[in-house]
Amino acid sequence: MNFIHAYYFSLFAVVALLFIPYLGVRAGLEAFFGIIIPYLAFIAFLGGVINQILKWARTPVPYRVPTTCGQNKTLPWVKRTIRDKFENPESMLYVIGRMFMEIVFFRSLFRNMRMELRPWQKYPEGGKLIYWSNKWLWIGALAFHYSFLIILLRHLRLFMETSPSFVNLIESVDGFFILSTPTTYVSGIILLISAIYLLLRRMLDIKLRYISLASDYFPLFLILGIGITGILMRYFYRVDMVAVKELTLGLATFHPTIPDGIGAIFYIHLFLVSVLFAYFPFSKLMHMPGVFFSVTRNMAGNNRWVRHVNPWEYTPILFSYMEQEDLYRKQMKKAGIPLEKDIDLEE
Amino acid sequence: MASVPKPVELIQIESKPPDQPWMDNKAEFKAGAYCNAALPKWLEILDYPYPRRWSVTDDDWNLPENWKEIFLKAFEDRLNRFRSFRLFMDICVRCGACADKCHYFIGGGDPKNMPVLRAELLRSIYRRYFTTSGKLFGKLAGARDLTEDVLKELFYYLYQCSECRRCSVFCPYGIDMAEMTILGRELLSSVGINIEWIMASVGSCYTTGSHIGAPPHAFKDTVDFFCDECEEITGIRPHPDFNRKGAEILFVAPSGDYFADPGTYTFMGYLLLFEYLGLDSTLSGYAAEGGNFGYFGSHEMGKRLNYKIYSEARRLGVKWILGGECGHMWRVINQYMDTWNGPADFLEEPVSPITGTKFENAQTTKMVHICEFTADLIKNGKLKLDKSRNDHIIPTFHDSCNPARAFGFFEEPRYIIHNVCNNFYEMPEDTIREKTFCCGSGSGLNADENLELRMRGGLPRANAVRYVHEKYGVNHLSCICAVDRAVFPPLLEYWVPEVDVIGIHEMVANALIFPEESERKTDLRLRPLKGFESEDTDED
Repeated sequence: MNFIHAYYFSLFAVVALLFIPYLGVRAGLEAFFGIIIPYLAFIAFLGGVINQILKWARTPVPYRVPTTCGQNKTLPWVKRTIRDKFENPESMLYVIGRMFMEIVFFRSLFRNMRMELRPWQKYPEGGKLIYWSNKWLWIGALAFHYSFLIILLRHLRLFMETSPSFVNLIESVDGFFILSTPTTYVSGIILLISAIYLLLRRMLDIKLRYISLASDYFPLFLILGIGITGILMRYFYRVDMVAVKELTLGLATFHPTIPDGIGAIFYIHLFLVSVLFAYFPFSKLMHMPGVFFSVTRNMAGNNRWVRHVNPWEYTPILFSYMEQEDLYRKQMKKAGIPLEKDIDLEE
Repeated sequence: MASVPKPVELIQIESKPPDQPWMDNKAEFKAGAYCNAALPKWLEILDYPYPRRWSVTDDDWNLPENWKEIFLKAFEDRLNRFRSFRLFMDICVRCGACADKCHYFIGGGDPKNMPVLRAELLRSIYRRYFTTSGKLFGKLAGARDLTEDVLKELFYYLYQCSECRRCSVFCPYGIDMAEMTILGRELLSSVGINIEWIMASVGSCYTTGSHIGAPPHAFKDTVDFFCDECEEITGIRPHPDFNRKGAEILFVAPSGDYFADPGTYTFMGYLLLFEYLGLDSTLSGYAAEGGNFGYFGSHEMGKRLNYKIYSEARRLGVKWILGGECGHMWRVINQYMDTWNGPADFLEEPVSPITGTKFENAQTTKMVHICEFTADLIKNGKLKLDKSRNDHIIPTFHDSCNPARAFGFFEEPRYIIHNVCNNFYEMPEDTIREKTFCCGSGSGLNADENLELRMRGGLPRANAVRYVHEKYGVNHLSCICAVDRAVFPPLLEYWVPEVDVIGIHEMVANALIFPEESERKTDLRLRPLKGFESEDTDED
């Protein structure tokens, strides 16, 4: 499958997904798309994620192999900065610190740089490699993930009778930047922009285009679809929010109802979200729970003073000292190397 | 040996990926970019499956009848035994952060050497046979059938990875190509695909004791020759022991250090240092190899070779073990040895007999790196050093991949360098420490027939050496790895011929002032010291 195929396939798949609930609602299948599909999706999500996490958790970690990005703890006087302590953690406490930096600030992506080979006539070979810091992916990824998180948290209000105070706080901060009625949430705009950036990057960078699969484009289109339908619903079609909340609260409290008068756009939005949830456990989106299991990041660099035990370690065929001495006893004796079984060379 | 284009030609790197999707492109075996197939005799010595004669360029690799079944079974076995492997198969998002971090991609431009794509070669098989989505959706889900062409492609690219872990530093999830390469090579071994350079070294290490096939008496002969050299140059004759029971310390060096220049000078450095200290230590003809060639392609083989070190320490009744300057060796000692062959409860927590320093950081492995040992000596004022004896040397320091990214051993060698020579310059920040570049020949790829790949893979490192050479007049690349000392000379000869390669303990020995030494006019290589150039005309 080449780039064009992967790209269009994903795009068409998402467009096709838009039509399913649209046609369904017109056929009077609100209950199917408003209740059954969301429940099924949620079950698939929960079951799939738990299953995958259990699979990882059950697989043993035979060796302690952290990637060390700072000075190891050795002699007490050997200089170690705070950065070294986090990037080559000596104990669980620093491991937690390292994981925190990785998950909250995308530490490793922050390191990102670009390489370029420039013609350089001063060097006899005529070329010079230069590297420069490249933070665009880091910024794009942070913007994408955090706006997504904020939007997700904002949606909690739909699933609770009274929204918790932190949700109110998030909403007021999120709505602070653009003054309008209804309140414009900046997170939605950032999500769309960053998703488009991630998409364009994949399409325009020839290296990325070469490595990208349909399963890289599909979730991006899907999330774009979710974002766009969400924005349309909130700012343009102005669906009846009271009715929407009745439905979502009904889902959350296991008393599902289908109130009248919610536009098709809502069902489209809900369907895409359901697809995302159902798709999540079987896709690369599992990097979210997966990063917690990454053995090169979540283990301490303390191998030399804390023993690590491999549950399945076995004894392979070994070559003993005596086997070697048996092979070379005479020559070793001649060379004056001590032996276990001495011999007399005269014999 | 394949002929390598000139540097000015080689540096014209085409890195535009081809138009066809990568799954449809067969691997094209380019002369100079692959290693030869292993001879059956090594496989027989080591009990590896399917010893047979075959050649990489043959159409038919003489694979076992049911190779696919064996391969997939081995794959599943690894998925069930290594969380790393299963996780790395599942969570990559193909963000591309690793793409231009690999030295083989930088120097060669082949898109399948972007770590992400090299890993996708394995992932595509994983998805096809071990995931529901891959079984259902095939290529759409990034899955593909395992065919002989796919197997050949895996061979080609898994032997174009030197397990340096640089990609894993930059990956937001810490996905480590080195881990996948080692396991991938295990899968290839399961159907009888191995390379000669590794298997010959492993086979030799296994029975004779060293990768060059030198049995104990030959090892002793070589070391005796170094002692003659030391005596001639410094007036001091070291007195190393072999297989001596009751010594306090077992010293294990990489066999590269007694194989060829310039590693041999590092070995002479060890010997002179031990003589200076009167260290109660012994060498062993059984544990004569620290560098672990088995680990390049197999966890099990790594363990089988590494076993000798603890086993010999127990037989000889030493208190603890001292290890020489070596890269992969120290990854193994740091991250695997105790798990594989420990607990070393028959040894004592290492204490330097000279300074009394307890190496608490090595309290379970019981093995100390010679650089921390020497750094401790210098810190405690136990070595009389004349830095000016290294004035003809303007070194920079190459962080070897494994001590850097699988240990975090940055400061000790630098501390020693600062104390034994006057002119030290670092290479650019993005090319050292955890971001260091591989020599281009690590993990068993330093076969002669693989020369073009090695020159390409070594470009980023050599180019940084070029930078400090032009800017500061750096004329030596110092390092703490025996593979480095073996492969940098041809690499630098190719890219930066003005720069030599040197081990840290060679510089230590140059600077070390013995109480009864003869007047030192040359270094260990018989090169005149600064101020004695005119007296020496017949030596290089």
